[in-house]
Amino acid sequence: MRAIVTVLGQDKQGIIYNVTKIVSGYGANILDISQTIMSDNIFAMFMLIDTEKITGEYRQMAADLQKHGEENGYTIHVQHEDVFNAMHRI
Amino acid sequence: MSKLVHSDILETIKMVDDQHLDVRTITMGISLLDCAGDDINTVCRKIYDKITTKAANLVRTGEDIELEYGIPIVNKRISVTPISILANPFTAEDCVKIAQTLDRAAINTGVNFLGGFSALVHKGYTKGDAALIAAIPEALAVTERVCSSVNIGTTKAGMNMDAVRQMGEVIKQLAERTADRAGFGCAKLVVFCNAPEDNPFMAGAFHGVGEPETVINVGVSGPGVVKYALEKVKGQDFGVVAETIKKTAFKVTRMGQLVAQEASRRLDTRFGIVDLSLAPTPAVGDSVAQILEEMGLECCGTHGTTAALALLNDAVKKGGVMASSYVGGLSGAFIPVSEDAGMIAAVSKGVLTLDKLEAMTCVCSVGLDMIVVPGNTPASTISAIIADEGAIGMINQKTTAVRIIPAPGKQVGDVVEFGGLLGSGPVQPVHPESAAEFVARGGRIPAPIHSLRN
Repeated sequence: MRAIVTVLGQDKQGIIYNVTKIVSGYGANILDISQTIMSDNIFAMFMLIDTEKITGEYRQMAADLQKHGEENGYTIHVQHEDVFNAMHRI
Repeated sequence: MSKLVHSDILETIKMVDDQHLDVRTITMGISLLDCAGDDINTVCRKIYDKITTKAANLVRTGEDIELEYGIPIVNKRISVTPISILANPFTAEDCVKIAQTLDRAAINTGVNFLGGFSALVHKGYTKGDAALIAAIPEALAVTERVCSSVNIGTTKAGMNMDAVRQMGEVIKQLAERTADRAGFGCAKLVVFCNAPEDNPFMAGAFHGVGEPETVINVGVSGPGVVKYALEKVKGQDFGVVAETIKKTAFKVTRMGQLVAQEASRRLDTRFGIVDLSLAPTPAVGDSVAQILEEMGLECCGTHGTTAALALLNDAVKKGGVMASSYVGGLSGAFIPVSEDAGMIAAVSKGVLTLDKLEAMTCVCSVGLDMIVVPGNTPASTISAIIADEGAIGMINQKTTAVRIIPAPGKQVGDVVEFGGLLGSGPVQPVHPESAAEFVARGGRIPAPIHSLRN
């Protein structure tokens, strides 16, 4: 499946490095990535990953990412791409 | 992702994180018709085996989908064939045994509620119906997760006033049997007119006889999402309001449809329907009353409330039907008083009265829901409330229902805490004038005429 990883929080150094490190640690393939600074210095990163060939469990990867976010003051969501396609595209 | 706009991704995340968007329930309907028999122990064993086999993976599948899609799935539930259909050879005591079996099956599968301890008696009672209804107070008092419903009227059959009279008494008995929990048992019992066969929401879910062997029905929710969307169109005309609600309902339902299809596929079970209902919870910002107030009402229950609710209910349906291939169940806006922070506040202020709630049920998706009344309310008054509500459904060809709790020992001004999603209910006054002679007549109110409508 393909999942979208969203990272939101105060901007600081190394966010992309740390998040991609976890994702690649599981062998997930990053298909697309983009990043922006929104108003109030809020960092937002969107990443499309392919989890077909991951090593280990998707559940664990999602938990690791969320834990990393909590420890570093930003929120990380990992969601199946279809959620967004269903809600926003006809 | 390049085709997905970042603002759309952020909108979905905000809906879940800040506006309480969730799938309220995945409900698996299971037919128990092949469990029929005349030995109670064999029937109970068959029921237990069938439910625990068919729904063995329901909860885990729900949790997997929740994790992968990042959408909370609050409840996983089961509905079964109305038990009265299996109950013809049995006594009320036997029916209690069946309820206990259902409770054990619910615990084993991990679902939080199981609906279908039900009877459809709109035209009259079978032996099984009589046994089951007589068993309701005991059955719901000795079980935790079993929900019950009784259909007392339909537009095509009229209204069974013997059943209306009996249900007033059953509700009183059930309240007394669960007096230590302020009559909590009554929160698990719904009296319907025009009950739908595919409703995934409790306490009124059952698996109708027109349904397939097993089926997955999904109930979505999202009052908070609708309220947030309306905050952005403050002061604009009702065309804009309706359009905004429709668009929001569309998105919410698309998400529900996705979850429903995925759950059906993984459980190898047919997809039944998505129920579009806006179901509030006691959480702040997850209130139907606050949507109505967002439209410009100082407090839910004041003049204009019925019109606001009518618009909301209709727009939710219009947006939702475009988003799902099969829509069913109750589909609209629920107004359960104790489960909605805005309704609780409006009742406490004395603005939202029982009479106004009754008017609102003419245009909402169900009826008088989670209403707490004084413990000394006579059974005949509860029956008369059921009769009024049933009449609204019967005449207007819509589902109506009553879920009312005459909380033992409680008076107007008290607040009854049920906890969890069931919230807390301020005790509401009922009219003290008697309806006993009216209710005592019994018999059947004939089906209404379908022409000369005005």
